[in-house]
Amino acid sequence: MITVLLPGVLRADAGGSARLDVDASGTLGGVLDALGVRWPRLARRLRDEQGELRRYVNVYVDGEDCRRLAGLATPVRDGAEIQLLPSVAGG
Amino acid sequence: MTVLMAIGTGKGLYLARSVDDRKRWELSGPHFPMTQVYAAAIDRRGGRPRLLVGVTSSHWGPSVSVSDDLGETWQESDPPPVAFPEDTGEKVARVWQIAPGPPGQPQRVYAGVEPSALFVSDDGGMTYELVRGLWDHPHRPTWTPGFGGKCIHTVLPHPGEPDTVLVAMSTGGVYRTTDGGKSWSATNTGIKAYFLPDQFPEYGQCVHKVARNLDRPDQMFAQNHHGVYRSDDGGVTWKSIADGLPADFGFPMVAHPHRPGVIYNFPLIADGRRFPPDFRCRVFRSEDAGAGWTALSDGLPDGPFYPTVLRDAMCADDAYPAGIYFGTRSGEVYASADEGDSWQQVAAHLPDVLCVRAAVVS
Repeated sequence: MITVLLPGVLRADAGGSARLDVDASGTLGGVLDALGVRWPRLARRLRDEQGELRRYVNVYVDGEDCRRLAGLATPVRDGAEIQLLPSVAGG
Repeated sequence: MTVLMAIGTGKGLYLARSVDDRKRWELSGPHFPMTQVYAAAIDRRGGRPRLLVGVTSSHWGPSVSVSDDLGETWQESDPPPVAFPEDTGEKVARVWQIAPGPPGQPQRVYAGVEPSALFVSDDGGMTYELVRGLWDHPHRPTWTPGFGGKCIHTVLPHPGEPDTVLVAMSTGGVYRTTDGGKSWSATNTGIKAYFLPDQFPEYGQCVHKVARNLDRPDQMFAQNHHGVYRSDDGGVTWKSIADGLPADFGFPMVAHPHRPGVIYNFPLIADGRRFPPDFRCRVFRSEDAGAGWTALSDGLPDGPFYPTVLRDAMCADDAYPAGIYFGTRSGEVYASADEGDSWQQVAAHLPDVLCVRAAVVS
């Protein structure tokens, strides 16, 4: 089981939840695929229609920025914590 | 009579409502704060006013939201409302235009997007599919972005011929289908592209906006990147109507909702400088399909005026007499309840205004 932590701005797309338990493992991309089955609107906020992580969406796997790891191919262990955060952007 | 105005800005949507024949306006917002709202439509087909907006979040991407209660609540599809199929390899950057279809197809809505593509909805604007006929056009790989992006910003469904639709893009120009989107032809004859070696090419023009009156649908008016034009043959050929204007550059072009041949625009000196002529805030109206133009400024700012009015930041409502509206990149919105003869400021200090749309909603 993977725990996914959501920022406030995305909780409306996940039934108001701040944290979701996702029954998935393997890679970050696989976890986001599983997340999208239950919460498709949440999933499309994170990735575009070609499956790429949106530029100003940051994803941390056990506290590490996935872009410093293997991106969507980053391995995710059972019990991992994935945190979604908007990056610093806007004016 | 209640008139609703949707004001799309660089930081969200604002709604202005008037219940006293457009004398006073009550403003609400921002709705969708910190999103860019390039497209809005008020669709009165189907027995209810439906408000549709194209919103783009820098973080969370583009989407389309729909409200059937004048902006009190919003619905958005779970799957992406507007998205390229996987085989295209493309991604929607933003929705630039939402255009309700013809009266006989009350569930049909079109969306023009960046990068230049047309999408069509048959569920009232909730979800859209790519119009492959235009996407597969052999010209498409050579369409290039204008300063604002490579986009289809104008979609004009023919009110009486459901298979006929005209689109305009920057750059690329005007394209038209008469077979329901299966095939498309570039129809830019007469429109100049001063920035190209061949100044009258088949396509590649930077057309900024095209408008038509639904009661005379084969007469169209275009504001070009230098040049103002009229077509009397459904958008196939074009001739200049810029002679009576102080400048032939600008972005918006608006057709009067009830009086064919009456049009409005907001000229700018260009191209190296883009300011209103003489730094004066004036809307120009023609009542004879572009043969002559009249400056309208009663109630508009007297002093030096520098902002631009963007291509979708001017519109008409459908009341009698018609209301005319425009918003500026400096966040001011002006309204006329008498077809442009006099104006009042409706809003100020908003974020930059990207689009305005207004309609009688009850």
